[in-house]
Amino acid sequence: MKLGFFTQRYCTVEISHRCLRTQEWRTSRGRCSRPPFLIPSLPPGTLSLTTRAMASSSDRNPPPFSVSEQSEPGLSDMADGDSDDGEDIFVSNSFQNHPASVSRGVSQPEVAADLFSKAAAAAKPNGVHSDDDDDDDLFAEAQADLSSDTSGSSARKDLSTSSGFPSARSPADLLPTSLEQLEEEEAKESFDVDVAVTNPEKVGDGMNAYVAYKVSTRTSLPMFKSKVFTARRRFSDFLGLYEKLSAKQSLHGCIIPPPPEKSVVGMTKVKVGMDDPSSVEFVEKRRAALERYLQRIVSHPLLLQDPDVREFLEREDLPRALNTQALSGAGFLKMINRASDAVSKMTIKMNESDSWFEDKFQEVDMEEQQLRKLQAVVDSLVNHRKELCVNTAVFAKSIAMLGNSEDNTALSRALSQLAEVEDKMEQLHQEQAGSDFFIFAELLADYIRLLGAVRGCFDQRVRAWQRWQEAQSTLQKKREAEAKLLWANKPDKLHQAKEEITEWETKVTQYERDFDRIGMTVRKEVLRFEKQKAKDFKRQIIKYLEAMLQSQQRLIKFWEAFQPEAKAIA
Amino acid sequence: MMQEEVNEATSVLSVYGHTIKVTEVLQDGDTLTFIIVSQKLSGTGEYHVDRTYEDFEWLQQHLYAQEDVPGLQGVIFPPLPVRPQVNASAKVMKQLGFLGLGEWQPYCKALETFLRQVAAHSILKKNKTLEVFLTSTDPPGRQKLRRNIFNRLSQAVEGLWKEGHKDVDEFFHTERDHNLVLTGHTRTAAEKFLDVVLTEQKIAVACGHFAAALHICVENGEDPEKKAFSRVCVKLSEVFDSIKKNMTSIAVNDMNTLGLGLDLDSRYLEAEKEMLFRRTCKLVELENARKNAERAKPVKKNAMEEVKKAAEGEFEQICKVAKQEIVQLNQERVEMLQKNLIQWCEQQLQTAKEGADAYNQHLQAFIAMA
Repeated sequence: MKLGFFTQRYCTVEISHRCLRTQEWRTSRGRCSRPPFLIPSLPPGTLSLTTRAMASSSDRNPPPFSVSEQSEPGLSDMADGDSDDGEDIFVSNSFQNHPASVSRGVSQPEVAADLFSKAAAAAKPNGVHSDDDDDDDLFAEAQADLSSDTSGSSARKDLSTSSGFPSARSPADLLPTSLEQLEEEEAKESFDVDVAVTNPEKVGDGMNAYVAYKVSTRTSLPMFKSKVFTARRRFSDFLGLYEKLSAKQSLHGCIIPPPPEKSVVGMTKVKVGMDDPSSVEFVEKRRAALERYLQRIVSHPLLLQDPDVREFLEREDLPRALNTQALSGAGFLKMINRASDAVSKMTIKMNESDSWFEDKFQEVDMEEQQLRKLQAVVDSLVNHRKELCVNTAVFAKSIAMLGNSEDNTALSRALSQLAEVEDKMEQLHQEQAGSDFFIFAELLADYIRLLGAVRGCFDQRVRAWQRWQEAQSTLQKKREAEAKLLWANKPDKLHQAKEEITEWETKVTQYERDFDRIGMTVRKEVLRFEKQKAKDFKRQIIKYLEAMLQSQQRLIKFWEAFQPEAKAIA
Repeated sequence: MMQEEVNEATSVLSVYGHTIKVTEVLQDGDTLTFIIVSQKLSGTGEYHVDRTYEDFEWLQQHLYAQEDVPGLQGVIFPPLPVRPQVNASAKVMKQLGFLGLGEWQPYCKALETFLRQVAAHSILKKNKTLEVFLTSTDPPGRQKLRRNIFNRLSQAVEGLWKEGHKDVDEFFHTERDHNLVLTGHTRTAAEKFLDVVLTEQKIAVACGHFAAALHICVENGEDPEKKAFSRVCVKLSEVFDSIKKNMTSIAVNDMNTLGLGLDLDSRYLEAEKEMLFRRTCKLVELENARKNAERAKPVKKNAMEEVKKAAEGEFEQICKVAKQEIVQLNQERVEMLQKNLIQWCEQQLQTAKEGADAYNQHLQAFIAMA
């Protein structure tokens, strides 16, 4: 236990935020790399206790805390065995001079009696946390609570007394608590919104022509004006929606699904005429991609709440989105990569104290490369299947001609039948190629883009950190300036300096909050993404296997039908 | 020593023709050696001999060059496959067609068929060279025979204009036309089928790559989501291994039945075409002889008449043999194609059923996966 702030570089902080979806306050903990002399001046009572009260009222079921041991003073039954430290902490807590009678939160210490009082009313003893990490959490809580009592730099000590909290413990160990909780919440979410994109229609003529799609929504959510409705949208509308969503501060840290890419070649073909097979294929590919894009958006809890999303689905006439240049060409991923480069070129390198983010970022990067490799193989597979279609058709024709020139009638007929069988097989191969393409190739392409979006939100977090650091350094400068003015004794300038300090202190607080919030969001989003990915892949594979099985059954029927014909040749 | 063997009065083959097998092919640098096994008629065992392509050519030349066989030119000779080449050029591969696939297994089958057809041919099996070929431990002589009326090159040079020469016989006239059409269509069908099989093989290879590539996505880790995804990748890899196996089977079935069938058919029709050409050449010769005999001056008249009579006799013989051969070929062709089509259908049906079973199992496994 070290009260001295110089020995501790890190401290655990409890961050509270308001869940945008449920409007409930949530708590989480993190490790911050803030320099010791800065303490968030949080209004009293915002932390944990109130949160705990709120949280406990949600329907989580924390495993039973060892309540029976609560009565003991001190923490001899601490799971992590750091009982000495534990006692220290409580001793240190009682620098407000309350002898430690705080066990794990049951018998509330008088020290923070007022803080606990609210909680005491509603909180169960083992209110918040559902696993062993609770011990540490509590300490952190207690400290944070205490810190909120004090103001200014003196309070920094308590925050740094997470010494009872073994510094080896990283937030990653703690966070699973909240992540598990988040997971439970995710499971409870059920989205009652179905979207479909259908009926592509060419509108207009010549080079100004475009394709309009019908976007149909079916929902039981009250926030929509009706239960079933449709709207006509064009491709740039979808891009415009993405632009709006990705610019929103409130959605920073979220993995916003990227739209399909622009294609000058594809669209030019369509403008010329929608009838040839390559145009048809292009339009179908795009329609399916737009549908998946919307489905991903509405299945995201935060995005579904967004008014722009609602407007996109509901509004009769949507103003044209003009600012879609950023998504031209190879578009989306280029944009992400450019942004990434910009971030990495910034002078203040992020001092990543949380290895989770670094590790995850590496994973995401590696995964993207792996998926690209898979995509290349699938593309070649799709091409071969298409080739097989063509070759089968040509073979069928050659067999038909051979059958026609044969004298022997039975042989002639058998060969004609064979030609028909081969024609049917060409159909099968065609469907198989479609299956390979739409199920796998597009799945991989979607996820490569999504991984780009994941990288994007990591970058947003880094930028938030940088903004915070810059604010801190500005604040530092302002303080130094103030000190100079004090010494130089210029009262009027001093007043302004003090004002600026206050302003920047607020900013620092705000930016730190933003940073923590984004960090939390990113973690939550990544978890959700990984879950979704496993589910998505599994679902697509099942679809693929079902299609394959059906193909095989039909193939069996073809051969069974041909068999008697072959035998009949005499 | 070999001469003695040839002069022996063995006019009948001492092995069962239908038991001839080309069991193996050995590769030594650029040379391919084929092992041929046949069952002795006496029931006392087998003959094992090793032969190269040159030996086969030697056999073929001897068959062509037989003397004192009336109407030999009317025979539709069983076609010998094109010379095989290790690390063949694209042109040679195209010529080989189906026979160039796999590790020479289709090629061995084609050689086997050639030997069996020779052994089964009423006229050709009487030739002693086949016996030598199948039973002599030493490889038969590899010297080329000096005179070969069947040299394809010389035929081509002699003048393809004769091909279009009008016929005197309705039967042959029809047959020539028919053969021309059939040969073209069969060759095309064989080529297009080869394209199909090659693409099937490419798909199998791509599936194998995909299955392998999926393994790089498998990660070790405690993260439950990562584990779930890794499991998915592993299982999907197994699916694609199945697909690869299925596709490979399909290609092999195609190759061994209909592929070989179309290939053989195509080569036999070419052999028939060559026979018909020889007959046409003889017809031209005969017509010339007749003209000469007519126009001959009294001094030469008798000689010309002799030549004319000889030509007439030969031509008649050839036509007689040719007719038999044609009838037989047409019958055998149909039988052969039927057999191949039935076999093809059965094998593909079997493969399709196995595929369906495999995919069903995978599907159930995925659905059951947490």
